[in-house]
Amino acid sequence: MTEKKYMNPYAGGVLLGLVLIVAFWVSGRGLGASGAVKSAIVSGVKTVAPGHVENTAYYKDYMETHPKPMYSWLVFEMMGVLVGGFLSGAIAGRLKFKVEKGPNVTNKTRLIFAVIGGVFFGFGSQLGRGCTSGSALTGMSVLSVGGFVTMAGIFGTAFALAYFARKLWL
Amino acid sequence: MLLAFIIGIGFGFVLESNGFSSSRRLAGMFYGYDATVLKVFFTAAIVGAVGLLFLSLFGQIDLNYIYINPTFLYSAIGGGVIMGVGFILGGYCPGTSFCAAAIGKLDAMAFIGGIVIGIILFTEGFPLWEEFFYAKNLGAPIMSDIVGTSRGVFTLGLIIVALAMFWVGEWAEKRFARKDYKLNQKEIKL
Repeated sequence: MTEKKYMNPYAGGVLLGLVLIVAFWVSGRGLGASGAVKSAIVSGVKTVAPGHVENTAYYKDYMETHPKPMYSWLVFEMMGVLVGGFLSGAIAGRLKFKVEKGPNVTNKTRLIFAVIGGVFFGFGSQLGRGCTSGSALTGMSVLSVGGFVTMAGIFGTAFALAYFARKLWL
Repeated sequence: MLLAFIIGIGFGFVLESNGFSSSRRLAGMFYGYDATVLKVFFTAAIVGAVGLLFLSLFGQIDLNYIYINPTFLYSAIGGGVIMGVGFILGGYCPGTSFCAAAIGKLDAMAFIGGIVIGIILFTEGFPLWEEFFYAKNLGAPIMSDIVGTSRGVFTLGLIIVALAMFWVGEWAEKRFARKDYKLNQKEIKL
């Protein structure tokens, strides 16, 4: 099946902005992503090792303010993202199990770096109080200084390191 | 919560239809051959900012009640830099990785696994960086206050900057195009 084209990016940006506005209108908050993973982790740790939760300050504080971590806006939103992404891929004929990578690396290398990249991103998103969706995209729309600063940090660093990582992609 | 789910569907759908489910496309931003991230991101941010202004103009929302993410200067910078490393090595960010995983991209699933590990590292080691995390709390300042103009004027400035960046992005895509990579997008015929 030939792949359908992607949407024009400017049109896409408008749509994304509209989704953002709806999110604000409905909930007073914008979009986000990394927080959902954190909620899942806290829930998981609580289920598997409740004693640990009691002993570790970070988890304990989080549980105090979020007694039901999985019942949160972000978690439901991310479940929606999975469905939405799937629908779009299905309509456009892009559903396929594959490893996406540049032409000059092996699948294994790509997967290893994907995990490493994820580790950095997971850690960084907690430190930066948000990832590109929550901090940068939403943050810029509300003109938050933190949003702009984090955005600059993410993109600036990625640009700076692009040369060293080029083997992965080019 | 149902609303969150529905909004998420919209979010995921838009992300995927713009190719954000492809790590090569996302990484392409940093090599010039694909400026989609730039175009979508900045268009969305200014549509969002303008939309919020309009909504508040019509009394639909009160801008004072909108959640503005607080600025803790050191961790905002530090977190941003670390995420930048993650972005260029992994080729995704959390939102896009979920999107890509939903259409079967195995590298995205690996990335998500990494996110989990990274977050656990952060929470387990929290006392080590707790001080850094809470340092330099500037409250929740907004850019227009810092620059000394109103929200509307700043947004206008942002739009102008974004337009300039789009122009650079279009140039870069042509200049750095790669033989083995198709942009595969619908073009606007001007």
